[in-house]
Amino acid sequence: MQNSFGEPQSILLLGGTSDIGLAIVRRLASPTLRNVVLGCRDPAAAEATVRELSTPGVAVTAMEFDANRPQTHLGFVDRVVAEVGDLDVVVMAFGVLGEQSTYDLDPVAAATAVSINYTGSVSAGLAVAAQLRSQGHGWLVVLSSVAGERVRKANFVYGSSKAGQDAFAQGLGDSLEGTGAKVLIVRPGFVHSAMTEGMKAAPFATTPGKVADVTADGLRRGKRIVWAPGILRIVFSLLRHVPGPIFRRLPLG
Amino acid sequence: MSTPIHLSRLTGWGRTAGSGAHLVPVSAANVAEAVLAAPERGALVRGLGRSYGDAAQNGGGVVLRLAGSADDAVLNEADHEVTVGGGVSIDALLRLLVPRGFFVPVTPGTRFVTIGGAIASDIHGKNHHLEGSFGNHVRQMTLLLADGSTVVLSPTQRPELFWATIGGMGLTGIVLSATIHVLQIETSRCIVDTTRAHDLDHVLTLMEEGDHRYRYAVAWIDLMAKGRHLGRSVLSRGEHATLEQLPEADRVSARRYEANVLASVPPIVPISAINRLSTKAFNEMWFRKAPQYRTGELQSIPQYFHPLDMIGAWNQAYGPRGFVQYQVLVPFGEEDALRNVVERLASSGAASFVTVLKRFGAANPAPLSFPAPGWTLTLDIPVGTRGLASMLHELDIVVLDAGGRHYMAKDSHTTPLAIKRGYPRLAEWQAVRNEIDPDGVWQSDLGRRLELIG
Repeated sequence: MQNSFGEPQSILLLGGTSDIGLAIVRRLASPTLRNVVLGCRDPAAAEATVRELSTPGVAVTAMEFDANRPQTHLGFVDRVVAEVGDLDVVVMAFGVLGEQSTYDLDPVAAATAVSINYTGSVSAGLAVAAQLRSQGHGWLVVLSSVAGERVRKANFVYGSSKAGQDAFAQGLGDSLEGTGAKVLIVRPGFVHSAMTEGMKAAPFATTPGKVADVTADGLRRGKRIVWAPGILRIVFSLLRHVPGPIFRRLPLG
Repeated sequence: MSTPIHLSRLTGWGRTAGSGAHLVPVSAANVAEAVLAAPERGALVRGLGRSYGDAAQNGGGVVLRLAGSADDAVLNEADHEVTVGGGVSIDALLRLLVPRGFFVPVTPGTRFVTIGGAIASDIHGKNHHLEGSFGNHVRQMTLLLADGSTVVLSPTQRPELFWATIGGMGLTGIVLSATIHVLQIETSRCIVDTTRAHDLDHVLTLMEEGDHRYRYAVAWIDLMAKGRHLGRSVLSRGEHATLEQLPEADRVSARRYEANVLASVPPIVPISAINRLSTKAFNEMWFRKAPQYRTGELQSIPQYFHPLDMIGAWNQAYGPRGFVQYQVLVPFGEEDALRNVVERLASSGAASFVTVLKRFGAANPAPLSFPAPGWTLTLDIPVGTRGLASMLHELDIVVLDAGGRHYMAKDSHTTPLAIKRGYPRLAEWQAVRNEIDPDGVWQSDLGRRLELIG
C-alpha cells in the first residue's frame, strides 16, 4: 500500500533492464520500500542490477517475463503477487525501437516489434489491471512515447506501436475509474539511453533520470498523463495540427 | 442478503492514498451475515472516517458501515454508565448525555467519531494526563468475531481480547455495543484559563507545573514562529463549570446543549487554501488574540472541545491532494528530542495550521494503545509540501530513538519497522489476534501497510 506521499512498498518493473524503468525504480525508493521485482526475459542478466538495488530493507528479485509471450502474463502476475503481495506501482517499460530502414525490408521483424510494444502491453496491462482492481489500489505506469503522438515517416513502425499502446493505456485508465487503481501514461521525447545509443538526439532530448523525476511527480500529484520534458506537450499539440503536406516536409529525422 | 453493494473509493480524513472497496451498510441485525460473506480481501468496519490515513480502508475487500442510533442507548444514572451501540457517534451521545448532566469520559478534538472507532483507536483527549484514554473508561463491550459469533469482554472477562480490541484498529472484531463510564457534570459550560507562553521551554515548564490542577489541558503551538519565539504557545486549561460558576441568568438553562455546524467548505477547492502565507497570518492572529493571562472564561462544550467541528468538511480546505497529520509521542525525559522535532518542523516552514502539544499521563494495559507518559505533538501539513516525506522519515528516527511512537489513527506515511520499534508489545497483540481470527477475516489497508497482520 502506498502512503500519503505516494511512496510505494512494492514495485514491479516490466522490462527489468530498461534504463528509464530502473531510473524510476531508484527515484521511487524511500524508507517505505520493501520489495522490487524485475521482470525480464533473462533474469540472469539482471543479477548486477539486483545486487545494486538490494539494501537491508529492500528485497529485490528478478523473475522471467517475456513481453512477447502474452499467454504467460497472467501467470507471471500471480507469481509476483505470491512473492510480494499487493502491487503498489507497476512500471511497464519494455519495448523495442529498431530501425525503420530495417523494418522496410523485413516486415516480420516489424511485426515482432509491434507485437512486443503493443500486443505485449495489452496483455501485460490487462493482467496487471486485474490484480490492481482486485486489490483496490495501485498504479500502472505506462512508458509511452511522443513517437505515437503524431507518427513520423522516420519511425512509423515504432510510432504506430506506441500510438496503439498509448490509446490502450488511456482506455484502461478510464476503465479503472472508481476502483482505486490508476494508470499514469508517461510520454517521453528522445531519451539518452541504451535503447537510443548511437542515434542522433532529437530536440528536447532528455535523460532517464529526468523522465523518472517527471514520473514520480505525476504519481504524487495523481496525474493521468505526463510529458518528459513538459514542453513536449505544447510542441506536440502544435505538431498534431500541422497539415500533412507541411508535416511531411518537416526535418524531423 | 439484499444489502446493496457499491464499489467506492474511500480515503481517510486527510484525503490521501485511497482505495476501492465494497461498501456495505449493515445494522446490528445483519452484520454477522455480511462478515461471513466477506471475500478473500476480508472485512473491516468503518465509522465516520475521521482517522487521517488508511485505518478505515480495505482495498478490494468489504468495508461495513454499522448503523447506530443514540435512541437505543441506555443511561444508568445511578452507576454513571451508558450502554451504547458501536456505530453511534460521540456527537449523538452528547446530545443524549449533556442535558441529563453527564459527559463522555474522553472526547477527541472532533465529536464526529463513533464509539467503535473511539475504542479501536483508543482515543485520547485533553484530560489524558489525569484520566487516561477512552479504553480506561470502557466497562464492558460486545464484540462480533470473525466467525460470526459474539463475545462479551471486560477488564475481567477475557481481558487479553478486551485490551487487544482497545487500540486494535478494528482488527480483532466489530464493537457492537459498549458500556462506558460517564462523567457527571452540573452544566454544559466549561471554565477556561488561558496563558501565553513565549517559547517552547516556557510552555513545557508551565504544563509540567500546572496541568495537574486542571482536568483538561492542551497547548497550541505557533509552528511558524522561529528563533527566540520558537515554540511560542497558547496554553488553554479548563474544567466543567459548576452551577455556581454560571451567571444567575444562565442557571435555568445550565445543561442546554447546542452543537451546530456553522458553515461547510465546498467539496471542490482547486488548490490548497492552507499555505505558508495563510497559516502564518492565522497563527499570528491566533497568538495575538489570546490574552497574556486570563482565568475563568466560560465556554460552551463545542467551543472548548470541538472548535473545528463548527466548519463542516474542513479537510477539504487542503485541496484535492489532501494533507497528513503527524502525531507522535516523545517520552518524558526526552525533551531534547521534542525540541529537535519542533525546531526542524519550524525551520522547514511547513505550513501547520493546527499544532497541538499535550502531556500524557499513565498508559493503560492495551498493547497497541498510543498514549504513554510523555509529550504528544500533533500537526497538520499539506501533503504537497516540498520535501515533507523525507523530513517526516527523518523525524521518525528522532522520535523512535527517543523511545517514542506514532499514533496509528493518524498515520499515513510511516513504515512497519517504525511501528515495531514504537510498539514493543506488537507481537503480543498479534498472538491474540491470530488466535481469535486465524483466517485473517479482519483486514485493513493500514494493517497491510504497517504489517500489523500477517
